[in-house]
Amino acid sequence: MGRITLEGVSKIFGANHVEAVDLISQGKRKAEVAEACGAVVGLCNISFEVHEGEILILMGLSGSGKSTLLRCMNRLVEPTCGRILVDDVDVTRLGRKDLLAFRQKTFGMVFQHFALLPNRTILANVGFGLEIRNVPARQRTDCAMQAIELVGLKGWESKYPHELSGGMQQRAGLARALAADADILLMDEAFSALDPLIRRDMQAELRELQRKLKKTIVFVSHDLDEAVALGGRIVLMKDGEVVQIGQPEEVVARPATEYVRRFVEHIDLAAVIRAEHVADRAAIVLAPTQTVAEARVRTAQGGAGAWLVADGDGRFVGRVRADRLAAVRPGDALTGLLDLDPCTVEAGARLDAVLGRIAAEDIVAVVAPDGRLIGPITSRDVVRALAARPGAQGPQDGLPSSQSNPAGADRWTGTSPNFPSTCSVTTPSTGSPNMALG
Amino acid sequence: MLSDDALDWLTEHGSWLTRAVSRTVSDWIETLTNGLVAVPPWLAIAVAALVTYKIGGRKVGLLTLAGLLFLWNLRLWQATVETLVLVILATLAALVIGIPVGIWFALSRRAWRTFSPVLDMMQTLPSFVYLIPALPFFGLGAVSACFATIVFSVPPVIRLTALGIRNVPSELVEASDAFGGSASQKLFKVQLPLALPTIMAGVNQTMMLALSMVVIAAMIGAGGLGRAVWQSIQRLEAGAGFEAGIGIVIVAVILDRSTQALAARARPHGAS
Repeated sequence: MGRITLEGVSKIFGANHVEAVDLISQGKRKAEVAEACGAVVGLCNISFEVHEGEILILMGLSGSGKSTLLRCMNRLVEPTCGRILVDDVDVTRLGRKDLLAFRQKTFGMVFQHFALLPNRTILANVGFGLEIRNVPARQRTDCAMQAIELVGLKGWESKYPHELSGGMQQRAGLARALAADADILLMDEAFSALDPLIRRDMQAELRELQRKLKKTIVFVSHDLDEAVALGGRIVLMKDGEVVQIGQPEEVVARPATEYVRRFVEHIDLAAVIRAEHVADRAAIVLAPTQTVAEARVRTAQGGAGAWLVADGDGRFVGRVRADRLAAVRPGDALTGLLDLDPCTVEAGARLDAVLGRIAAEDIVAVVAPDGRLIGPITSRDVVRALAARPGAQGPQDGLPSSQSNPAGADRWTGTSPNFPSTCSVTTPSTGSPNMALG
Repeated sequence: MLSDDALDWLTEHGSWLTRAVSRTVSDWIETLTNGLVAVPPWLAIAVAALVTYKIGGRKVGLLTLAGLLFLWNLRLWQATVETLVLVILATLAALVIGIPVGIWFALSRRAWRTFSPVLDMMQTLPSFVYLIPALPFFGLGAVSACFATIVFSVPPVIRLTALGIRNVPSELVEASDAFGGSASQKLFKVQLPLALPTIMAGVNQTMMLALSMVVIAAMIGAGGLGRAVWQSIQRLEAGAGFEAGIGIVIVAVILDRSTQALAARARPHGAS
């Protein structure tokens, strides 16, 4: 439950609806419609799907139509044309009474400025949705208390909203949306009014809650870092149109337009990029069956402090340090020299979560979920990845791109055509980490 | 003049109704006044002091006690009761009319735009003017006074009810909609409770206007403290006029403080 499908949704403000809708169906844009008939286009022919149980973030600057789009989903704003399906129900065709009932059981909403009733206690506020549904008082209190506990407000239920801090008030707002046990949460800039520390806590807690509850969440935000922290797909909007849809790293790596590029310019890259994108897939990987002599030959030109070792299937086995390789006899097999300590990180881990490991270990192995080695990350790889911000104005501006882009940048900036699942770099080594990529 | 003709026509064709209303209302007023006057003044004063104490705390209670005892001592008790009955009846009637109209004005932008000038006119017209049309309909006496008072005092409660509801933050109204609240749930669970402090301010103003009108209405035969003032003017008795004037001030202060205390109670917790 909770899949939302939008098909050609438009919203026209002002007069000349019919004409404006006509123009939109001819593919005209906001400015052209305004010029032709004076109508203001709030949303222009929007189609996409919100998957069941995902967090989808509607992003854009103010005036881009993201809040309007959110309100179209539960028809707080009436779309001018188009269809909105929640599972198999066409919301746009519901009559007044059915719509109210549908909102009651399907949508929970969280507001930017909390929208708690100042004359009610937290408990009565949280039970508001149930009260509207005429749930008996006893059951209402039980459900509300559960929701209050869920958001960590236990002990505050008999306080009034003004007695709580902003963060706690928004917890109450969230509890109100959860208490109604709706399948879909609509969150309108829910954390924007909170100060940065509290905001980050709330983002983390929302993710945690979502892991338990598996609701479908549509989250409106103008803050890209927030979108990254929440970790869902991003729908980027501008002038009432969708410009790009995708995972944060996709949007950052391959901005669809100049607008998107500028939008993502100042994002914290380390929070977006995953370890698999930073891993040096071209790095030399040794096989455990090789002898020390063979290994010395293979690593002769590389100046690294350690090498990774993978078996014939590409499975990560361990790590061998350069100083140990130099200290033993050439005839020995590598197997005996391996550090078997788990200096590995998951392929899907965000870079900022593994920075500490990389700093401490010099070299860590990025391992796919099935145990295959993707490649090593050294501090050098991290610096390269961070320096390769798409569109970053480097000092060598104007030089051919092969020179201005640091080596390895193509691993995630999307110069590779099959980003992000494959990589064009080939490795001559036997235990090719590319095998991990299928 | 046109307005004269209209008034004549209305009097001619509507008098059967207005006379009936007049008789009923006059009965009410008389019964109520007689009933209250029949109660021993000390008891009535004690009850009034207790009620205002409950509403507004010790200060208001003591003020009521001292004020009413003083009026009793001035032999103005009967006049005070007559005035209070008129004021309270007129205020209640004004609220019964004014609050629903205010809600209507708040919810319908068109109604607000259409009738807002009428409210302006009602408030700017000199209060004496209301006395004239009341006379042909209801005759000389308390009923005319009561109706003129209602017309004169209803605008503030309409205006402030509408204002209070319109000033409820839109996000709160939207929250009710978002959780699937019907229009009446929205009104009774969100808009009215949050507008209550403003509505109570309107009640206070309406009551003060009613008091001022009831005094003026002595000119068309309303009883009470107003008549005491009116008679002193006609007989050039400065002392008696001053006493009655003080009496009106005391009643005004008691009513004002009590309704203000009610308004303060309606305010949500923590809001200043």
